[in-house]
Amino acid sequence: MRKIKKEDIVNTVKKLYMDAVISLPEDVSKCLLETYEKEEGLAKEILNQLIENQKIALQDRVPLCQDTGIAVLFVEWGLEAIYEDGDLMEAFNEGIRLAVKEGYLRASVVDDPVFERKNTKDNTPCIIHFEPVMGDRVKITLAPKGAGSENMSALRMLKPAQGLKGVKDFIIETVKNAGGNPCPPIIVGVGIGGNFEKCAILAKKALLRKVGESNRNPAYAQLEKKLLEEINALNIGPMGIGGKITALAVHIEYAPCHIASLPVAVNIQCHSARHKEAEI
Amino acid sequence: MSRLKTEGIKIKIETPLTDEVIEQLKAGDLVLINGYVYTARDAAHKRLVELINNNTPLPFDLKGQIIYYVGPTPAPPGKAIGSAGPTTSSRMDSYTPLLLSLGIKGMIGKGQRSEEVVKAIKKYKAVYFLATGGAGALLSRHIVSAEEIAFPELGTESIKKLLLKDFPAIVAIDCHGGNIFRE
Repeated sequence: MRKIKKEDIVNTVKKLYMDAVISLPEDVSKCLLETYEKEEGLAKEILNQLIENQKIALQDRVPLCQDTGIAVLFVEWGLEAIYEDGDLMEAFNEGIRLAVKEGYLRASVVDDPVFERKNTKDNTPCIIHFEPVMGDRVKITLAPKGAGSENMSALRMLKPAQGLKGVKDFIIETVKNAGGNPCPPIIVGVGIGGNFEKCAILAKKALLRKVGESNRNPAYAQLEKKLLEEINALNIGPMGIGGKITALAVHIEYAPCHIASLPVAVNIQCHSARHKEAEI
Repeated sequence: MSRLKTEGIKIKIETPLTDEVIEQLKAGDLVLINGYVYTARDAAHKRLVELINNNTPLPFDLKGQIIYYVGPTPAPPGKAIGSAGPTTSSRMDSYTPLLLSLGIKGMIGKGQRSEEVVKAIKKYKAVYFLATGGAGALLSRHIVSAEEIAFPELGTESIKKLLLKDFPAIVAIDCHGGNIFRE
């Protein structure tokens, strides 16, 4: 058994959050540069600003986007690693709290969604998806998710008879309805199968894949490619003002499901596709 | 296709906005905004409308002013403001026609507006600017000063008076009915 200490969790989470909000993963950054080359006019002007924005964020150590998100964490916990320092969730939240304070991040979380909506002032609690894995390592992936793109996401329980066409239509319809709101060019995370909550988590996980890396199943890879073409033909363009590129990629993750079900979730990610990972 | 302008042609404008300036702006124009604007987003809009309904004085005179839909990150030491890009404007749609009827002349945000807002922009001769979403670090360099003037308890959603210098934006909906999202 390997012991994991509170400070390991706190420091790792703090660093991941502070780093994630000021710099994009290399694959996303590269993809934005390629998009800049393809666009023209106002769309190009917007992409130019996004590329400049990345440089300035690093130089000034100011977040890329004012919406430093709600912190979503995927934690792969090796079952041979043990935590004996009390409340584990509190350790994760302490990391978030420190990042918000020291990194000058925005407090965007309210304590209850309907009545008081009182700001918790430190962006806690974060949202954690735990997965038990073999071994004694703990892998933490932190993705700060802003509301602009999250609000444009959708989930639908399709009938199995609606099949491939139903799946495609729903994904396209969701992107179309979102228009310029989620800050295109977007990455479209799709979860298919599982059940109601499983497909939503798959859709979110799909956003963590390297931009443009295809699904390992050729049929799903083909579907990703076809959907990307159709989405870019919508002419929504950067910030919704028209242009060749509306989405940088479509990533699908799928899982087995019930004979009566065909759940589909579409989680939209803005161009500021921030996420960082570390292993303890 | 949207109306594409040649890169580099940018129109400098100053606040408060006059009818004369607004009439010249066309959807697709690139502008550089200078002068004071006021921040307000979801919670601040709700409060403003409550004050209006109760006939209570407002924290700033609405006439000719621009509202910027933004909830910035806290200012790090030595900076006027943190990251400060636009938030989704449509969430403010239900409040906007009333504010336009009381003198607001411009809004800065991102995304489309409702049919009612488009009509009100035309009726009250106003303009809707699009700023680049997610470009908060870049836009913060065009904000010279920030002063909190109302609702401090709302944190990032409080109303702040910002001084802009060459703040880059695109005219998205003009007073003549031009709309970049539909052209």
